[in-house]
Amino acid sequence: MKDFTLRVFRYDPESGADPHYDTFTVPYREGMTVLEALVWVLDNLDGSVAFRYSCREAICGSCAMYVSGSYQLACRVQVKNALDHGVVSVSPLPHMRVVKDLVVDMEKFWANYARVKPWLINDQPEPERERLQSPADRAKYNMEIDCILCGACFAACPSGVNNEEYLGAHSLTWANRFIVDTRDTAKKERLDLVSAEHGIFRCHTVFNCVEACPKHINQTEAIQHLKKVAFFHRFGMWRL
Amino acid sequence: MVGGGLAGLRAAIAAHDSGAQDVVIISQLPPVRSHSVAAAGGINGSLANHPDSRDDSWEKHMYDTVKGSDFLADQDAAEVMAREAVARIIEMEHWGCPFSRNADGTIAQRPFGGAGYPRTCYASDKTGHALLHTMYQQALKRGIRIYQEYLVLELVVRDGRAAGLVLMDILSGQLGTVAAGAVLFATGGAGKIYARSTNNLLNTGLGIALAYRAGVPVKDMEFIQFHPTGLWGTNILMTEGCRGEGGYLVNARGERFMARYAPKAMELGPRDIVARSIQTEINEGRGFNQGGPGGGYVHLDLRHLGEARINERLPEVREICRNFAGLDPVQEPIPVQPSQHYTMGGIDCSVYGETAVAGFYAAGECACVSVHGANRLGGNSLLDTIVFGKLAGDRMASHLTPAGETAAALSEALARVEARLAALTHGAGTESGPALRGELQEGMFQHVGVFRHEASMTEGLAKIRRLRERYAGVKVRHTGRVFNLDLMQQFELQGMIDLAEAIAAGALARRESRGSHARRDYPERDDANFLKHTVATYTPDGPTLTYRPVSITRFQPEARKY
Repeated sequence: MKDFTLRVFRYDPESGADPHYDTFTVPYREGMTVLEALVWVLDNLDGSVAFRYSCREAICGSCAMYVSGSYQLACRVQVKNALDHGVVSVSPLPHMRVVKDLVVDMEKFWANYARVKPWLINDQPEPERERLQSPADRAKYNMEIDCILCGACFAACPSGVNNEEYLGAHSLTWANRFIVDTRDTAKKERLDLVSAEHGIFRCHTVFNCVEACPKHINQTEAIQHLKKVAFFHRFGMWRL
Repeated sequence: MVGGGLAGLRAAIAAHDSGAQDVVIISQLPPVRSHSVAAAGGINGSLANHPDSRDDSWEKHMYDTVKGSDFLADQDAAEVMAREAVARIIEMEHWGCPFSRNADGTIAQRPFGGAGYPRTCYASDKTGHALLHTMYQQALKRGIRIYQEYLVLELVVRDGRAAGLVLMDILSGQLGTVAAGAVLFATGGAGKIYARSTNNLLNTGLGIALAYRAGVPVKDMEFIQFHPTGLWGTNILMTEGCRGEGGYLVNARGERFMARYAPKAMELGPRDIVARSIQTEINEGRGFNQGGPGGGYVHLDLRHLGEARINERLPEVREICRNFAGLDPVQEPIPVQPSQHYTMGGIDCSVYGETAVAGFYAAGECACVSVHGANRLGGNSLLDTIVFGKLAGDRMASHLTPAGETAAALSEALARVEARLAALTHGAGTESGPALRGELQEGMFQHVGVFRHEASMTEGLAKIRRLRERYAGVKVRHTGRVFNLDLMQQFELQGMIDLAEAIAAGALARRESRGSHARRDYPERDDANFLKHTVATYTPDGPTLTYRPVSITRFQPEARKY
């Protein structure tokens, strides 16, 4: 393959033009990622393309977008794996207000995250040294802490499409991370937060979050765990 | 606080906890996107949790840091960092950081390059990610205001003290000013001045460059760390943890060549020595892909560690290799080459972050305290951010004085920035910014890279000066305001050229080899003439260089053997 077609969603609120797709012919290099292709277009063909990026190694979470029909980090997906009949098609995360081109408004995403009190709460006096935690207890939240807050699950969730108050899989995954941490003492407060109106019971186990997650996190499992704990706790069958 | 990485967040938390009323974080990125997130291997502190580190102490940590720095670190500063390390790491644990654990429940530690004991605390191979998310959560807990996706375009200095900032709301493109009683820059390194860098794509050194143009001196800029093991092709970091866990470096003849260069420490020599060893193997024809596109490489072999240990300790390395190189390190060796990694130099400041400009502070990679000297040890950069971020934040709160009358200075600065952006966008120039940036990056890697020589550096400096002339003709192609990447990149390019000149000028004037600064024409360290810091001050005709003595308190310079 000498080159390929990159089809990019365009919307510029200052131009007055309707949203549309532009196509660019990009020279191919073995191993090229979709982010590299976008950067090449920005540098060489069109200085007006807007997209978020930073680490280019799938750890900072900046470049989540919709690539050839699936949720991806643009930096992580290779062009050859996103080709459909010689075309790579790139759109912004769906169901979110587009600021410009591939950049969406993430304000609600960040605000919802902060609503679940995503920080360790421990009401005991701090010991002089580290709090001890066995490797087995540490492993209980090993999955959740891989989250890079990229927003793919938030965009993919049908429960969130018409209800941006729904906390979203990212927030609930982080809530579960603290609920299962043996060092956290605010489990009741956390359960009250997540089982409120726009919390865990709005998750209809569609699993879109799991499919969208570039870090292979099973958010639905985390949310189901929260539901189970909240349910048994309500009936006095779960000691916190 | 400008910058939402570990140092900026830690400084904000410290200032907030010290009672400062109006602490605000301004960041180009949402904080968790900052480059602290990519630090992998760990953070150093003499916790003495490992069976082989029971005799460890802050003094030994300090000694390793000073020796690693090739004796250019200020020893009073290195002492502060080593003494504070345990308390800061324990604090991160109390704040919820998910460190990996030993069987007894204590924080796990691993061996790292240039360290006498296993001293590097880790969270698998995602330690920066673990620390940064924890720190961001602590800032949220305190309700500290965060203005994310704002780019600072000028540090405003009035009558020798910081008055505030000119900034741009990236999402709208609107410009504005903010008055401040104290300003801290924690804006990260300048890795993108070089081709083949492990850094993120935004580490252009803008903060250092803005301070430099505002009259704040920069220090030891010629000391650029090349990490031994950047993944060939993309130069994504393959953590030093790979070697800490027992990985081998092997050349095309199948030799563990480190036996020639650091017979005792082998793969766990300090980064400058290991990087030079790899480059020497490649230069002398014992690498792979000799003369091929993308340059030569050697192998980082983890296969003998086995799948279980790789999955437990180095899962991100395996994931990156699969995604970005199409190989599985359980089955195949990893192709690696030296890659620009860290900016040891930076804004000249004290252990409290104070600079030559009153009310202006610096912390983290953009700062030069100096604790890393001529070569930083792996695991000391994360530590630097949280130790000196806290000290700077505390000092800002306790020494805060009202900003005074700043309105005139701020509006003049705003007008200056507006004029500069207008010239970039509407000027008559025809130069391509991306093309200039590419030439700068290649030139720096070629002329002021792993190995240096007077003739080559002189040529490099001349290239940089030609790029400065051509920069006047750079034209931004997009005239809109909303999320204008082209405008931001071409604005940053001027600062990259400024810093490149400071790096090259400092390197040319330093006629010795020390740490990461390896000169073919002066291969020995020269303590009689160069045991001193380079201090560069901006002038329109190029940097003015002066020198300052190194603080030596406990350890006299000695030959560096590993």
